Amino acid sequence: MKFGVVVFPGSNCDHDAYHVISKVIGQPVDFIWHGNTGLGDCDAIILPGGFSYGDYLRCGAIASFSPVMQSVKEFASRGGFVLGICNGFQVLCESGLLPGMLLRNEELKFICDYVNIRVESTNTPFTSLCSQGHVLNVPIAHAEGNYFCDDATLDMLEAEDQIIFRYCNEVGDITRESNPNGSRANIAGICNRERNVLGLMPHPERASEELLGSADGRVVFKSLAATISELVKA
Amino acid sequence: MTDNQITQEVISQHGLTPQEYDRICEMLGRHPSLTELGIFSVMWSEHCSYKSSRVHLKRLPTKGEAVVQGPGENAGIVDIGGDWCVAFKIESHNHPSFIEPFQGAATGVGGILRDIFTMGARPVAAMNSLRFGPLENGSDAHRNRSIMNGVVRGIGSYGNSFGVPTIGGEVSFAPVYSLNPLVNAFALGVVKRDQIFLGKAEGIGNPVLYVGAKTGRDGIHGATMASAEFDEEAMEKRPTVQVGDPFYEKLLLESCLEAMRSGAVVGIQDMGAAGLTCSTCEMGGRAGNGIEIELSLVPQREPGMTSYEIMLSESQERMLLVAEKGREREVIDIFKKWELDAVVIGFVTDDGLLRVRQNGEIVAEIPNECLTDLAPVYNRPLKPRDLATAEIDVRSIIESCMIPPADALERLLTSPNIASKEWVYRQYDYQVRTNTIVEPGSDSAVIRLKETRKALSMTLDGNGRYCQLNPREGIKLVAAEAARNLVCSGAKPVAVTNCLNFASPERPEVMWDFSETIDGLAEACNAFGTPVTGGNVSFYNETDGKGIYPTPVIGMVGLSEGTNHIVTSGFKNAGDLVVLIGETKDDMGGSEFLSHICGKIAGKLPHLDLTREKAIHSACLEAINSGLINSAHDCSDGGLAVTIAESCFSSHGRPGIGVELEWQTDLSLLTELFSESPSRIVVSLAPENFSKLLEICGRHNVACAALGRTGGSTLQIMLNGQMVINETVSKLEHSWRSVFSNLLDRPEIEAAD
Repeated sequence: MKFGVVVFPGSNCDHDAYHVISKVIGQPVDFIWHGNTGLGDCDAIILPGGFSYGDYLRCGAIASFSPVMQSVKEFASRGGFVLGICNGFQVLCESGLLPGMLLRNEELKFICDYVNIRVESTNTPFTSLCSQGHVLNVPIAHAEGNYFCDDATLDMLEAEDQIIFRYCNEVGDITRESNPNGSRANIAGICNRERNVLGLMPHPERASEELLGSADGRVVFKSLAATISELVKA
Repeated sequence: MTDNQITQEVISQHGLTPQEYDRICEMLGRHPSLTELGIFSVMWSEHCSYKSSRVHLKRLPTKGEAVVQGPGENAGIVDIGGDWCVAFKIESHNHPSFIEPFQGAATGVGGILRDIFTMGARPVAAMNSLRFGPLENGSDAHRNRSIMNGVVRGIGSYGNSFGVPTIGGEVSFAPVYSLNPLVNAFALGVVKRDQIFLGKAEGIGNPVLYVGAKTGRDGIHGATMASAEFDEEAMEKRPTVQVGDPFYEKLLLESCLEAMRSGAVVGIQDMGAAGLTCSTCEMGGRAGNGIEIELSLVPQREPGMTSYEIMLSESQERMLLVAEKGREREVIDIFKKWELDAVVIGFVTDDGLLRVRQNGEIVAEIPNECLTDLAPVYNRPLKPRDLATAEIDVRSIIESCMIPPADALERLLTSPNIASKEWVYRQYDYQVRTNTIVEPGSDSAVIRLKETRKALSMTLDGNGRYCQLNPREGIKLVAAEAARNLVCSGAKPVAVTNCLNFASPERPEVMWDFSETIDGLAEACNAFGTPVTGGNVSFYNETDGKGIYPTPVIGMVGLSEGTNHIVTSGFKNAGDLVVLIGETKDDMGGSEFLSHICGKIAGKLPHLDLTREKAIHSACLEAINSGLINSAHDCSDGGLAVTIAESCFSSHGRPGIGVELEWQTDLSLLTELFSESPSRIVVSLAPENFSKLLEICGRHNVACAALGRTGGSTLQIMLNGQMVINETVSKLEHSWRSVFSNLLDRPEIEAAD
């Protein structure tokens, strides 16, 4: 099994994702340079947080045209697992791998804080070890995390069970107050229809060790590793 | 190359005195060219030359077992064991942040980050110390809010994008900082001992490379601007503030570290204040060599730039690098991979000269030492300042306040100096790099070092009010608080960096304040065994003839050998014992109570006994390292009652918790609750551990008294049998937490300026 962490110029959570995979869940991992056109023998690709290419146009917009993203699109279309965290989620939306957009936070400020998110579906390779309705305490750190999509898309996301995480309070209620950035329907993370591509604004890699305040996010990486190892066996 | 444009007026526009100009002519044996005049003016500016402060700075202790690099380089470095070192420094960006708050603060962060990675260290933490004028009442309140908003956004924008966690600092307010904000940025990086790089141009004939962003016409004379006081025309200086690009800096960081690892780099320095000028002459000077450069090779943003403009530009995100001869290609290729410009613009010479050519023609030729070691040094006149306000007996002022203790507590908790700074740090990414163990809001921030098992604590502290009342005693109290903050997290204080913010050095009272500060700081640092490894002096912090308080800010770094005994300030469990280590005395002089509630900045400062302070540190550290302590909070601004309230408040993953406390006192009730006696720490622990704590404190000859227990949802304090405070924790917490969002999130602020 091998993970790949894409490095765009301006990625700054690339080392954090690498650390969690190599040291916390103990799996092989490589960095993949944005100019590369191949992904090697990776089973899962992580698009990390940061400010790819400075995010000077729209967040993730320039990255979506990078050479490596063409490979990521092919990889995803073949069923490869792709996890986009924060800026990575923005890149996935800009690339068309996930529907919708991430707008500026409602309060127009960068927000770094812990939030609670509820697992809405365990039917993905990224949440298979969670239980339905499980509340995870994980941090966010973004200025543009306000998920938006049109009504038709929202209906589709709901109908196809593509909403994977929603912002909630400590006991798992989806409330207005627990929505940190104005996201539509409290959406914190969604997957594609084929369920092999997940994007989320919160940072599970920052919540993977008790020492740092929460280990609730580790389950995302563990689920992914478990899914891959099942596939490898089969 | 002499030109006759240099009139008296031109000389004074360059911030040089007639005597200084004569000295330049004498050194060169001729009149300088305009380009040379510009070079001298920036290098001899207060900002670059430290001409008024140098004679005093020598009195600071700068050596110690752990010190690998003291003052004089881009950053100080200390050894933390196991082959690892940390590089850290603090720098001011006060003047630019007043003129253009967002970019001024952003480029302040950019500059200090470059100072760190120039040493070969990867920046892993940033902090900042901010001071503003009052945000409400008064004619400048609107402006001050707009400055604060811009500064916080600027810091966040740069640090967040660059990918360094901004994990702490301080924000405080006083009318003297109105239209004269202080923005001091700190950064810390980690480097292996054998991978430290210095800003030295070694090796005759080695190529000199220019790396990073193109040179433009921005920031010309920034250093000179930062060396003069402001008046109403300050806004015209806006073009001297540079524009930062954190994305570019991130690329510069990664490419520079990669180039350094290649082994082809001999020396490196960032181009900060005074840009190409400062980096070339300092790198040459440190190695005792010269540097010759050709300006037509310098990447330029626009055509037609003069040699004067290129040499003085302060465009951001640029580095000067000396490579090993024959390995230029390797270095250039690394930068190319990151899509950055890297060009050979000159070479190292043996003649000790800074020689600048433009299209082959020499436009400047100056011995390096004239710009560095032989720059003017002034022993400016000192005149003791009248400290009469410190003699006022504040007891009668306090008595006349007639405020019930509970009301006083609530008012202090909503004083902007004490209120929660969550509004600020929530805009900073304080977690990126996944090392942050203790987040902003505790006494000091703590990060783990993935490379080792150790953890680093760090804090920034200042207290302009104290230093105004008595500069020497004030800085000692500040240093003691900094060290205590580290101790409260379980770290041993290791070293100090300082940012000395003062008004005009041309006023003898200001120089006296400065001199007193140095002596006080030296005394405290010697007592705590924390040498000063570098820092920055910022003079001329005055607007329209009104100076700021003497405001030295200390950055102190501490070390924990492991991560098992790291403690935060909040109470953890119901039923724990609340204990005061140290003694409360009649120390209301200069207190937040007097200032915020009585409107007086007066009185004798709290008495600090450095030996007792040190004993408190040793006792507290021993108790923490023995695993006895569940929380530790330094008792400072607002006194014991505020300290206890802050420990009651909720923090991540832990709800608020009440206390029931009762003790006896001979002091007046208000003094007992709000006195700012130093050398005190409030800890909580399981009751069964109390006897062990008593034993430790006894051994260190330190007072230690149980005040009561945690539990419930109210903060109750009984003094001499009388209930003096009985307030719901959640209500107090709400008041404390909402101060800045109430002041700054109003819609009209968004539209401000």
